[in-house]
Amino acid sequence: MSLDKEKIKHVAKLARISVDEAKVDSLTKDLNSIFKFIEQLNELNTDKVEPLTSILNQSLRSRKDEISDGKIREKILKNSPKKNEEFFVVPKVVE
Amino acid sequence: MSNITNQSLSEILESIKSKKISSLELTQAYIKNIENAKKLNAFVTTTFDQALENAKKFDNKPNNEQLLSGVPLAVKDLFCTENVKTTAGSNILNNFVPSYESSVTKNLWNNGAFLLGKLNCDEFAMGSSNETSFYGNVINPIGDHLVPGGSSGGSSSALAADLTPATIGTDTGGSIRQPASFTGTVGLKPTYGLCSRWGIVAFASSLDQAGPMTKTVNDCSIMLEAMSGFDEKDSTSINKKKESYSKNLQDNIKGLKIGIPKEYRVDNMPKEIDELWEKGKKILKDLGAQLIDISLPHTKYALPTYYIVAPAEASSNLARYDGVRYGHRSQKGKDLIEMYENTRSEGFGDEVKRRILIGTYVLSSGYYDAYYLKAQKVRQLIKKDFDDSFTKVDAILTPSTPSSAFKIGEKTNDPVSMYLNDIFTVPVNLAGLPALSLPAGLDKQGYPLGLQLIGKALDEQKILNIGYAFEKNCGYKNEIKKWWS
Repeated sequence: MSLDKEKIKHVAKLARISVDEAKVDSLTKDLNSIFKFIEQLNELNTDKVEPLTSILNQSLRSRKDEISDGKIREKILKNSPKKNEEFFVVPKVVE
Repeated sequence: MSNITNQSLSEILESIKSKKISSLELTQAYIKNIENAKKLNAFVTTTFDQALENAKKFDNKPNNEQLLSGVPLAVKDLFCTENVKTTAGSNILNNFVPSYESSVTKNLWNNGAFLLGKLNCDEFAMGSSNETSFYGNVINPIGDHLVPGGSSGGSSSALAADLTPATIGTDTGGSIRQPASFTGTVGLKPTYGLCSRWGIVAFASSLDQAGPMTKTVNDCSIMLEAMSGFDEKDSTSINKKKESYSKNLQDNIKGLKIGIPKEYRVDNMPKEIDELWEKGKKILKDLGAQLIDISLPHTKYALPTYYIVAPAEASSNLARYDGVRYGHRSQKGKDLIEMYENTRSEGFGDEVKRRILIGTYVLSSGYYDAYYLKAQKVRQLIKKDFDDSFTKVDAILTPSTPSSAFKIGEKTNDPVSMYLNDIFTVPVNLAGLPALSLPAGLDKQGYPLGLQLIGKALDEQKILNIGYAFEKNCGYKNEIKKWWS
């Protein structure tokens, strides 16, 4: 299958990345060559194969549901590009 | 001691223990080397003041009972370091200063080492040449026109140029082993789950694994011992007893069975790589190992599988960079969505964007079964190839890479040709196995070439032992002229 420019713009929208119009052509070319490479997998019949969902031979551990951390609001807010005293600040979302 | 910095980590540790050199003198020697090596562009951040303080502290009250007593170490800038900027090679994290320390680096510091600086790498570890870093190319000390490999290219360059006695990298598809191979150094990708992923900037969570990069196999065993171990904070960390890799290192490999997979060849592979492989087989055979021909039939499908699985996981992991809680935020855009889109467009480089788009596409409605599910099934087949082989052999010997270090700019216009450089390293990540890249010889241009030893899951000791025996009998020595200072 091949990816056209419209499809790529749609995927970019899903990924929340604005794509420079001037770069769409080269991006389309690169992605199509990558997908051509990826689609070698279609040579293989995998109808009877179970998908591998974890590489470990163990299931995820469970732990007690208790608080082990906290009172670090300052640390969490420290790297925020925009904040007031207690909150992250984003552009207005509700009129 | 003018030449302390070209010694191995274990020799340096010995000199510190016997007080031949102080930690402060050692640290000053590395700082001098780093200041003279700006041309290599191996460092994103240096922490000299902090390192000198720590060295003095050690000298005042030396504790020589630790694995890494009094040693300064530079680490890949993918490990979060408390109060020290951590960029992952990206513009989007250009101002990110973590308030916590990654578990792996914490383990190093708890074993007596301290931070010397943060090493350049491909952006979010996506690359095979260190050319995707926002902070510029890293140069391979082997030659001023050569890439150092990637993504741990700052790590391999700094190590080979004597800017750090040892270092750590991360390996998602070959990012430790390929740069080690390109710089004539030793690199180990441990079993998935052996080293904690907590506090490492995430790329592809089912493949990422941290590991040591060193000048010798003995150094590698010391570093692995120091950095590995169970961590509650990583849900995929393996809970097992800690091993003494360095104490148990030995070079008797008599009777071990070494698998030679016929599929580890590519079209137009330089003759020297075949010859190097033959040399490696002969060395192991002469040491009493038994060579066994094996087949890993799905090898050629590993890279296409990887380029579905890794971008899919990356697209999810990198969704967190939204300009709200940390990192770069765009000043453009009239609403929240546009702020996100502009932030991510300004913050990410071209390769990262490409991979996010691939990942988003293969996971999107209507395409999931055709791509992602298919890749998970093929991943199962690749793992089964290894499982089957390891019923017959103790370890597998292959070349590390299909070429020696290539020229800067040579592959940047063709992503697939860049990806193909990881063809021998990627299968191991998909199967979660440990693999060690060892310097083994030079090509006709005088550039280093590596061989790779693949082990069973959690069988690091065995591949380290084979590597140790190999190293003693291979006669490889890195002779790098310091053209940059």
